[in-house]
Amino acid sequence: MARKLPRKDVVIIGLGWTGAIMAYELAEAGLDVIAIERGPWRNTATDFPPGYAADELRFRIRHELFLRPGQTTFTFRNKASQTALPIRNWGAFMPPNGVGGGGVHWNAETWRFLPSDFVLKTHLTERYGAGFLPEDMTIQDWAVTYDELEPHYDKFEYLCGTSGQAGNIKGTIMEGGNPFEGPRSRPYPNPPQDQPFSHTLFAKAARDLGYKPFPQPSGNMSRPYQNPLGVRLGPCTYCGFCEWFGCGNYSKASPQTTILPALIRNSNFSARDNSEVTRIDLDSSGKRATGVTFVDTAGDEWEQPADLVVLSAYTIFNVQLLLLSGIGKAYDPSANTGVVGRNFTHQTVSDVVSFFDSAKFIFNPFIASGAIGMCIDEFNGDNFDHAAHGFVGGGYVGQVQTNGRPIETTPVPPGTPLWGAEWKQAVKENYQSATKPGTGVHGSMYSYRDVYVDLDPTYKDRFSRPLVRITMDFHDNEIKQNKFLTDKFAEIFEAMGAKQVHKEYRKAPYDITKYQTTHLCGGAIMGSDPNTSALNRYLQNWDVPNLFVLGASAFPQNAGYNPTGTVAALAYWAADAIRTKYLKNPGQLINA
Amino acid sequence: MRRSARLGLTALVLAVGTGKGTGADLQGFAAINRGRYLAAAADCGSCHTIPGSNHPFSGGRPIETPFGILVSPNITPDRETGIGAWSDDEFDAAVRKGRRRDGKLLYPAMPFPYFARMSQQEVKDIRTYLATVEPVHNAVAVNQLPFPLNQRAVMMVWDRLYFAPWTFKDEPSKSKEWNRGAYLVQGPGHCGACHTPKTFLGGDKLSKPLQGYTLQGWVAPDITSGQGPLGQWSVDDLSQYLRTGHNRFAAAAGLMGEVVELSTSKLSDGDIYAMATYLKDVSGPRPAADSSGDSSVLAAGGAIYQDLCSACHKSDGTGVPNLIPNLAQAATVNTGDPTTVLRVILQGAQSVATDREPTGPAMPAFGWQLNDTQVAAVATYVRNHWGKAPPVSADDVNKERKALDARTN
Repeated sequence: MARKLPRKDVVIIGLGWTGAIMAYELAEAGLDVIAIERGPWRNTATDFPPGYAADELRFRIRHELFLRPGQTTFTFRNKASQTALPIRNWGAFMPPNGVGGGGVHWNAETWRFLPSDFVLKTHLTERYGAGFLPEDMTIQDWAVTYDELEPHYDKFEYLCGTSGQAGNIKGTIMEGGNPFEGPRSRPYPNPPQDQPFSHTLFAKAARDLGYKPFPQPSGNMSRPYQNPLGVRLGPCTYCGFCEWFGCGNYSKASPQTTILPALIRNSNFSARDNSEVTRIDLDSSGKRATGVTFVDTAGDEWEQPADLVVLSAYTIFNVQLLLLSGIGKAYDPSANTGVVGRNFTHQTVSDVVSFFDSAKFIFNPFIASGAIGMCIDEFNGDNFDHAAHGFVGGGYVGQVQTNGRPIETTPVPPGTPLWGAEWKQAVKENYQSATKPGTGVHGSMYSYRDVYVDLDPTYKDRFSRPLVRITMDFHDNEIKQNKFLTDKFAEIFEAMGAKQVHKEYRKAPYDITKYQTTHLCGGAIMGSDPNTSALNRYLQNWDVPNLFVLGASAFPQNAGYNPTGTVAALAYWAADAIRTKYLKNPGQLINA
Repeated sequence: MRRSARLGLTALVLAVGTGKGTGADLQGFAAINRGRYLAAAADCGSCHTIPGSNHPFSGGRPIETPFGILVSPNITPDRETGIGAWSDDEFDAAVRKGRRRDGKLLYPAMPFPYFARMSQQEVKDIRTYLATVEPVHNAVAVNQLPFPLNQRAVMMVWDRLYFAPWTFKDEPSKSKEWNRGAYLVQGPGHCGACHTPKTFLGGDKLSKPLQGYTLQGWVAPDITSGQGPLGQWSVDDLSQYLRTGHNRFAAAAGLMGEVVELSTSKLSDGDIYAMATYLKDVSGPRPAADSSGDSSVLAAGGAIYQDLCSACHKSDGTGVPNLIPNLAQAATVNTGDPTTVLRVILQGAQSVATDREPTGPAMPAFGWQLNDTQVAAVATYVRNHWGKAPPVSADDVNKERKALDARTN
């Protein structure tokens, strides 16, 4: 029997980017807010000290900052006809853990989606006709537009001190920026970071080919910055230990370096770490959340009553908690009914590794930062005519080499032995003169009827709850899209003068063991129809109106960009709706 | 919501307070407000609260002195264990004359020689404010000194030597601002209690006001305009530091972090500027002549510095304004006494977070990673490469390491 704690106005499940944003906005509105986080509290100086922050073995290989599979995991299969098996070592994506969540270990690539991405189904149907889309593709419009999100994108970029070059300010195309981006209300708060040599070379080759390269927008500081909450960040040192790592010198935007110092000064905010929420509690009608139940490290169960519940865990765990709490109808792919678990997506990331003449090219690849790179956006979203190509979707491509770390980044030409003297010799010869872009091709993955999340019938977690089960595979559309993008990407490396260009296409079947990105999306998506979405356009749950569900789980399909900018913009958008609409009249904000 | 609950509590305390037979005017907002401000200026909260406790002014905090440990008493209005039953005159005698309620003498860990500069009315206002805070029942065994120091009669001698009660008088040749600053620094602010060198009996060396002292494991640097950091800082730099805990050179941590958090950050901009104006006008000795470390030690220290320190403090030691201290000009680095720099290298330090500068950046500990020789090398490097402070030996580091291991604060 759970012991009951004093009531709060708001309980927040998970204290990553979205939880921290919502906690700050609602605490500022005067509400009594508590956040419950599964993992530990983390501070910059004590948890990522320069003495060991750059330990690749500890953080990259041994997954120091991530959920331990012993705590919980998930099962995976490609097709519904197969039996899903549990994952015991993280592979294709990394479930974050601890205060700051994925915002601690991200590269800080801070993109906005294209205006057409938010009205994708409508846009593609109008341009190419409904028959152009694959029959089993289940893409949807978001029920929120780019223009509506713009102020919230802007707010997040100024919170983070994003370094970048604007490409479109209020409709005016800016030289050096991304000409395809939606109109932004003002420039980035900080100029772009300086680019390493291989990135500069890539930009020149792209320009020579007629593209418009621009620096990737980055949450790594190009100079010291104080954000609107008064919190300060220091300049990046280009150490190349961003992704998988916490930043030891206050240079990468994270909840720790941007929000938490201001948030914890509010006496009406508190947090409970190392406590795992096991369900969202409902009243007898099932239409109202009464709070959450969580378990602490002693194994004791507690009930935290609250008027408003904000679910802001990682994508698959958002979906799992809805399913385990019996909120919304579970998706059934055979009947094509139900909303929780549908439109689950990931990404199609691929690589082009290029080898240059070591006598002529010295790239110093260890000079890097997480979101550093020169990109082109000509082949993203619907920025180009897809009619001749027979697929939809796209992505940005760029020389986004974020590190030259010794274990992970030792590219050697194909055919080199995997270990031993010959391998060492090849590493030595190529380390300075090879390029290995991390997310070089960063492609979309659209949603399909047979890609989804549900509860596993066999495997249980430590609380005897069913594990979440992922059923996912790539479809022809994504394979074609990836081949197209990878080939375009490779052409630029050839133009740079590479002596050998090695393309690593993303292929089917989807491989759960090979890392792509942590950008899982969907499963509890937003939309305008309660029959095909779990949330309305304010991320409010259709069935339980005092529950808001934040994060990329709300994306109806993935776009060709990293999601954090959009995840954060949606969190601000939902917070604004709660502050200006919901609190005045708590109830369903949209009648459908 | 929380705010209204607090108001309710205050009102309750006020209602209870009026029954206590003190002479204080608990209905008078003006007196309470003046008292609250002066209590902040006098930093009563630092010593009389256990850090992190939800019971301000309830005492029990150990105060380390060269003679032993004293523990601060409870100054909440609790009648039995606090000051609830004290008369205003008894309170005034304690604050301004160093006399307890029973007539015995207070130890100068209570800075009554400074507080004597306050007027009787001001002390009464502090008393009025303290009568409104939540009463906490907390009996404190104050005196934990060894014999014969635990005999308070010894204080008679001390008082005769070091306590010259006099009220503050304006210096007519100086500006109004300067005089306000002088009053705050010499009176309630009691800056000299930490920053003025002490005699072997613990009295202020009056010939060397504010020229630096080391206490409770931290260096309180020279804050005259002579060899200390203030020589380089402008009045604005100093104001910003006192107001926020950070400026383009430095970050307040340790005891000074507490002073900023509980005291100076709560003062008006005008008073902060006045204190800075006065302090900038206090002259002090010029820096001593060069003293260099051994070149091989400097080379080793420089290598450690580039590996472990330069990411934040930068290769040239200039740091990041308002975030990472400037080592090339850091007071606690470029001073004769390496206590603070060794402490921070070995143990790390969290700088203060204030409403205006909420970041509260911290430096991690390196004591687990570097041995005594390595710490000595990097300390010597940072003290010597940009500054002129004397080298540090591995023995110095070893002593500091042991002292820190034994510390409870």
